[in-house]
Amino acid sequence: MNFNPKHILGIQELSAEELTFILDTAESFKEINTRKIKKVPTLRGKTIVNLFFEASTRTRTSFEVAGKRLSADTINISASSSSVVKGETLQDTAQNIEAMHPDIIVVRHGASGACHYLAERLNCSVINAGDGTHEHPSQALLDALTIRQHKGQIAGLTVAIVGDITHSRVVRSNIYCLSKLGAKVRIAGPGTMLPPGLDRLGCEVYRNIEDAIRDADCVMMLRIQRERQGASLIPSVREYARYFGLNEKKLTLAKKDAIVMHPGPINRGVELASSVADGPQNVILDQVENGVAVRMALLYLVAGGEKLQQD
Amino acid sequence: MKILVKSGRVIDPANYIDEKLDILIVDGIIAELSPHIDAGDAEVINAAGLLVTPGLVDMHVHLRDPGFEYKEDIVTGTRAAAAGGVTSVACMPNTDPVNDSLAVTKYIISKAREQGSINVFPIGSITKGMKGEILSEMGELKEGGCVGFSDDGLPVKNGEMMRRALEYAGTFDVPIISHAEELSLVADGVMNEGPVATELGLKGIPWVAEEAITARDIMLAELTGSHLHVAHVSTRGSVELVRLAKKRGVPVTCEATPHHFMLTDEAVRGYNTNAKMNPPLRSQENVDAVRAGLADGTIDAIATDHAPHHHDEKNVEFAIAMNGIIGLETLLPLTLKLVGEKVLTLSRAIALITCQPAKILGIDRGTLSVGAVADITLINPNKEWTVDPAKLQSKSQNTPWAGQQLKGCAMKTLLAGKEVYSRS
Repeated sequence: MNFNPKHILGIQELSAEELTFILDTAESFKEINTRKIKKVPTLRGKTIVNLFFEASTRTRTSFEVAGKRLSADTINISASSSSVVKGETLQDTAQNIEAMHPDIIVVRHGASGACHYLAERLNCSVINAGDGTHEHPSQALLDALTIRQHKGQIAGLTVAIVGDITHSRVVRSNIYCLSKLGAKVRIAGPGTMLPPGLDRLGCEVYRNIEDAIRDADCVMMLRIQRERQGASLIPSVREYARYFGLNEKKLTLAKKDAIVMHPGPINRGVELASSVADGPQNVILDQVENGVAVRMALLYLVAGGEKLQQD
Repeated sequence: MKILVKSGRVIDPANYIDEKLDILIVDGIIAELSPHIDAGDAEVINAAGLLVTPGLVDMHVHLRDPGFEYKEDIVTGTRAAAAGGVTSVACMPNTDPVNDSLAVTKYIISKAREQGSINVFPIGSITKGMKGEILSEMGELKEGGCVGFSDDGLPVKNGEMMRRALEYAGTFDVPIISHAEELSLVADGVMNEGPVATELGLKGIPWVAEEAITARDIMLAELTGSHLHVAHVSTRGSVELVRLAKKRGVPVTCEATPHHFMLTDEAVRGYNTNAKMNPPLRSQENVDAVRAGLADGTIDAIATDHAPHHHDEKNVEFAIAMNGIIGLETLLPLTLKLVGEKVLTLSRAIALITCQPAKILGIDRGTLSVGAVADITLINPNKEWTVDPAKLQSKSQNTPWAGQQLKGCAMKTLLAGKEVYSRS
């Protein structure tokens, strides 16, 4: 199979074969990250711009490391989200950056659809590093890679995702990715954080964490944003932790060898008890490690993949 | 000055006419309708093969003048209307300044008279500055030419203010037009709440945001006995609320837009900002309900909510794009589509865009009665044409039908017997 997409905008547009191909490619890059000299010349001469309109440490660093390990020139731009207030439109910002001829722009933006918007208007490749509450494809891919690493395969597994589903781009990408790869996805959260029509995305919806994680192979906890407290979605972080947080006792409902995942950053004592976050079942740092490999794979494939070597 | 419109199929729903007739116009007034009228010294317009209807009436447009002339002005907006076969529009007061004073009303009317192509009937604001605090001087505004009152674009949030507005408007026998939207339920929603919004990661607006205020305002109309007109109904519940209220004898009328009976929220996919409007495009179930409301007479008028916006205001992230689309030049084919799809009879479709909105606003237009002003539209219901935004008369190009082929258009538009549009 050869798969060299122009853009990576979302998991929704990708087939199971393409997803597997990306994961296999990422797998092959993992080894580079453990070498003494962690650099290959694959993307030498390519310019990658990390254009982040929202604060991000993990994802931005991960993309930056991925680009550098492939010898690309990576530039980070933290476009203040106030650029709209200042009067510069997304179109203008993007055109200014494109005038410098990057090969790939990695975009994080607060508006759903912003990456699609840019992809329609720019000549270079666009990789979605999270758009609003829509998609976060590289996160779903690194999650899938981590599950595959620990469980051997994804097909046939039951994955429970718990948290603020409404405001999560991670969850949408994960529902598409995991269900396409053959897993059963369960979703749980308080009623205020479950948007209508979720089941149509390809998952089962639960109102309580216990039912969702019972006999699950994998439990993925989402970060609860503290600012949602008081915004009428949850009465308090304390109550949220009590009913939707994952502690050791609740975790016993899942399969004995279930893994616990979290896209980070963790709110200890809120969605994850520290004992679970630090417990033997957590694979959170594997997720971070796999993130670099997945992003190397995405950059490589978008830049041309095997064709690169032929040039 | 005599004009003879010859051999057309005349449809005048107000007078239950649907037959091949000649129409004689003398000095801008309809003088005679008859199967055969001798031309004599009259100028002849051959309408063979065409429908001849009263000039269309669009009771809900935004001409953006004064204040937002970069989107549209009275000249371009009325030109777009004429091209769409529309001879009378009611323009909403959310201009800058707001049409809450005689000065603004007079400005609109005189500019329309001097430079416009068609009749413009201003809607005054319910409250001064559309702030929801003090009633506008409705008596004087009516005398100056306003035909209804609305804070369109915004609801009248305060229930008592809406009650007083209805009571006061009743004094002067003018309708209050409700923009029904409970803002606290809209929150920061940007499209219809439902599976599509969930999938796209866009904040949804629930149907109850529209219906809560529709219900409140209908009850207030019942309480006050004043005429309430509900603008752009878009949900099954809103249609049902109006239907039940009419059965109870509440003085309520309502309108629906072509986009709410033609498009669903699926049109938003791809983050298409020309599918962003308020009320938002709804699900198929709601579209079906609006169509049923048009079919059974619950909905009294089709109005476009013509809302021009500059390209820069639409060429942005979906969440921050302006609401609304232009509609004057696509009103006719989209309305006729309901005839083709057997939702409406031709006569009823024409009534919804002529005599019925005219009646709601109390304007003496929308019929071909002898003695009426000769505002007439000649329609080719079968002509297919492709919507090319660059070729439309409106100053703005924000239409979701760009590139699509539509069927039916105005071939000639007459205003008081004078040709204001002709299609080659």
